[in-house]
Amino acid sequence: MQENENCKNIKASRRDFFKQSSLLAAIALTPSAVINAAQQEWDEKVASAIEEVSVQLDVNGIKHSLSIEPRVTLLDLLREQLHLTGTKKGCDHGQCGACTVHVNGNRINSCMTLAVMQEGKKITTIEGLAKGDKLHPMQEAFIKHDGFQCGYCTPGQIMSAVACIREGHADTEAEIREYMSGNICRCGAYPNIVDAIMEVKKGGKKV
Amino acid sequence: MWENLFSEGKPGALDRVDGKQKVTGAAKYAAEYNLGNLSHAVLVESTIAKGRIKNIDTKQAERAPGVIGIIHHGNAPKVPGYDTGDNPAKPPTGGEPFRIFQNARVYFAGQPIAVVVADTYERALYAATLVKTEYDKDEHETDVEENKDKANRPKGPRFEDYVRGEANAYKTAPVKVEQEYILPIEVHNPMELHATTVVWEAEDKVKVYDKTQGVKATQKSIMDAFKLKEQNVQVIADFVGGGFGSALRTWPHVIAVILAAKKVNRPVKLVLTRPQMFTMVGYRPYTRQRMGVGATMDGKLVGITHEAISETSTYEEFTEGTVNMSKFMYACPNVNTNYKIVALDKSTPTWMRGPGEATGAWALECAIDELAYALSIDPVQFRIKNYAEMDQQRKLPWSSNFLKECYEKGAEAIGWNKRNPKVRSMREGDWLVGYGMATGTFGAGRGRATAKATLLADGTLLLQSAVSDSGPGTATAMVGIASETLGLSPSKITFDLGDSSLPPGPTQGGSTTTSTLGSAVYDICIALQQKLLEVAAAKEGSFLKDAKFEELSFKDGAISRKTDSAKKISYTEVLKQSNLPQIELTKDSQGGDERSKYSMYSFSVHFVQVHVHSLTGVVRVKKAVTVADAGKIVNKKTAGSQMIGGVVGGIGMALMEEGIFDHRFGRYVNNNLADYHVPVHADVPHVEVLFVDKKDPYTNPMGTKGLGEIAIIGFAPAVANAVYHATGKRIRELPITPDKLI
Repeated sequence: MQENENCKNIKASRRDFFKQSSLLAAIALTPSAVINAAQQEWDEKVASAIEEVSVQLDVNGIKHSLSIEPRVTLLDLLREQLHLTGTKKGCDHGQCGACTVHVNGNRINSCMTLAVMQEGKKITTIEGLAKGDKLHPMQEAFIKHDGFQCGYCTPGQIMSAVACIREGHADTEAEIREYMSGNICRCGAYPNIVDAIMEVKKGGKKV
Repeated sequence: MWENLFSEGKPGALDRVDGKQKVTGAAKYAAEYNLGNLSHAVLVESTIAKGRIKNIDTKQAERAPGVIGIIHHGNAPKVPGYDTGDNPAKPPTGGEPFRIFQNARVYFAGQPIAVVVADTYERALYAATLVKTEYDKDEHETDVEENKDKANRPKGPRFEDYVRGEANAYKTAPVKVEQEYILPIEVHNPMELHATTVVWEAEDKVKVYDKTQGVKATQKSIMDAFKLKEQNVQVIADFVGGGFGSALRTWPHVIAVILAAKKVNRPVKLVLTRPQMFTMVGYRPYTRQRMGVGATMDGKLVGITHEAISETSTYEEFTEGTVNMSKFMYACPNVNTNYKIVALDKSTPTWMRGPGEATGAWALECAIDELAYALSIDPVQFRIKNYAEMDQQRKLPWSSNFLKECYEKGAEAIGWNKRNPKVRSMREGDWLVGYGMATGTFGAGRGRATAKATLLADGTLLLQSAVSDSGPGTATAMVGIASETLGLSPSKITFDLGDSSLPPGPTQGGSTTTSTLGSAVYDICIALQQKLLEVAAAKEGSFLKDAKFEELSFKDGAISRKTDSAKKISYTEVLKQSNLPQIELTKDSQGGDERSKYSMYSFSVHFVQVHVHSLTGVVRVKKAVTVADAGKIVNKKTAGSQMIGGVVGGIGMALMEEGIFDHRFGRYVNNNLADYHVPVHADVPHVEVLFVDKKDPYTNPMGTKGLGEIAIIGFAPAVANAVYHATGKRIRELPITPDKLI
């Protein structure tokens, strides 16, 4: 399995590195029991057994059974382990909204929640919004109104925009601006994003 | 060609060619490549602003689970391209890059002093907290105000004091304004965190996925640092999540990841944290400017004096053209400027959107407004009265200048003449209402680029050049230019970018990409047409035999004579009848001597209406009209977005952005997006964008000028001038926060 291959390589290169490094000198002065423990990599084995917990997640309709460290955020799990990199990291502190995803239909900052807290919940990311090749109306509207430039905040803006309409917070431009203010766009596509949301809202399609 | 570019179905109205990738999450940025055996790096930062590292203890961190390696100045391999390294007896001089992990010196707080590599991000992050460092601390200086007497003129002719006519002649004018204007540190903060992923493919061959505005420039930096051959360094930047200047340099952390990947012998990825975006990738420097402007009673400028003091780091000299605009912008017989910088214990600043001019325009355009009010002349009329018929500094004609049209269009759109010009005269409930305007300008440059074109037998065209796009929509603009020049539907054209192994393209900066690269695309399309004609005419019995290029029309993927559009041959047919699988051309492109004959600038005029709360001092930009004379516009949709983006950046600059230092510790206190405020949806009104959209006859074959910089240059002073009109209060220190208005 790919994962096992990775693990072997991790350990091999860790050993290689320490062989070359000054730690070797330190080991020479350490009691033999500790050296033995280090050489057997007991620390890693014990640590990983204790540290990992199992969790079941439904991401974009696909069920994942995972064994993860409890400190892994939903954002890092999506990006680093599931390779769903459409969800973006912009601050890691819930300040920018780039990591917005839907959990059971509600928008949240995925950097602000641990993956293990999402046991059994339905998570939708930007990759799960389109139906195959058919783009979601919000995605279409963002293209039409040029609701982005660099594209980095875009997945978060779109996930937030869809939720904004579902919440009933998209009746006026002023209301959209207020309820979209958790999603920062540094390129400054705000007016075009508001136009896109207004169009989808007025179009009346279920989002 | 180049007429009716924006009608339906024409390339000027094209949606972004990479739009679908961006809205579906398929677009890949530097940290998003799923490489086998990838490890994660986290940087450890200095906690002092100046001194030396006495001891760095990594034992505990090395024992932490998953740690693969820790690299710092004590164990880092030498970077062969760096000089001999530390010489404590000799202070660093301007232009020497900071040599990461090569010595024990600390130049600024937040300096990367070690990198921890582990098998997962979480493990690297935790282990980095276990690295313990002791320092020999020196006294630091980080405050421009405290150190402005130590400021010096940078070396080189560009920064010599400038005098035209008499220095300080404004003092002799019957009406004059003498004021100082302060601009705080501003931080680019693109939404994508700077990230680098490195794979050593062989002992002397490296592949680097990086957030860079210039894949070729980054490739060159890496080649130089590691003494590698060009073909052995590949830099990839398929998508770049904004830059605004922060990704114009190859920063030390990039070198650190390359070092780390070599040392741990596996791929390494580093993503900076948001706080690190404040200290490791530059910022717009704090600048204090003194303006003296004077005019005759009937409103003709007599003199402009513009002096600036800004900052740099102790290890590098960063300069920008802060006082340049004052030298050429207005018809004024007497102008003198002076620019100084002070070296402080901070990281090096860098170019930020509208570098130099955005800072300079803040002072000049406020001072001009103050003078107009002092003269009781309408600020728009005052500017028109002092309109420069030619470049006042270089004494050259403008290649094009439609400023007067910009003033007219903008004033009309915002209802300038319907306002009550009297200060503090307009009100809506608790809100004081004010109108303001200001001008911006930036040089319209054209550099050198190479483009490759491959016309395939199926009639599709592949264009390639090693440029990266941080957001403006380069590929979209290039497809538009190619479509219009070659006479081929945009749907048949693909533009490849973001890879240093493609033919050399320009760095995306200074509002030059469309001019530079667009010209290369234009030239290669003309070359392709000539080649098509050559191939077609060589065929026995061709109706194009002996045809002259000028007599022909290339339209809808076919060649015909202009005089007889019914008889034509399609590009695919040309290839087919000669049994050619494709036509492939590569061409280098650059301008001629037009730059020595004409002065080339883009211009912008911004009009705003603000509401200022009479009790709380809260300022809201309620309307914004931004007008650009940027030559021919290639794509109205993306160009419009870029102008709106400049306005949004300008709102931040005017009302909220400020990097705040605690000088006791020499470090930021607001290095995150909760405390460093940037505009959000609720801060931005509808923005009206207007283009003069007239071809510049000299800049390049398309007649474009630049756009990215002028979008922001002049916007902040327009807001400040509107706040004055609303309240009667001049705020000369940005940002204009409520405390300054109460």
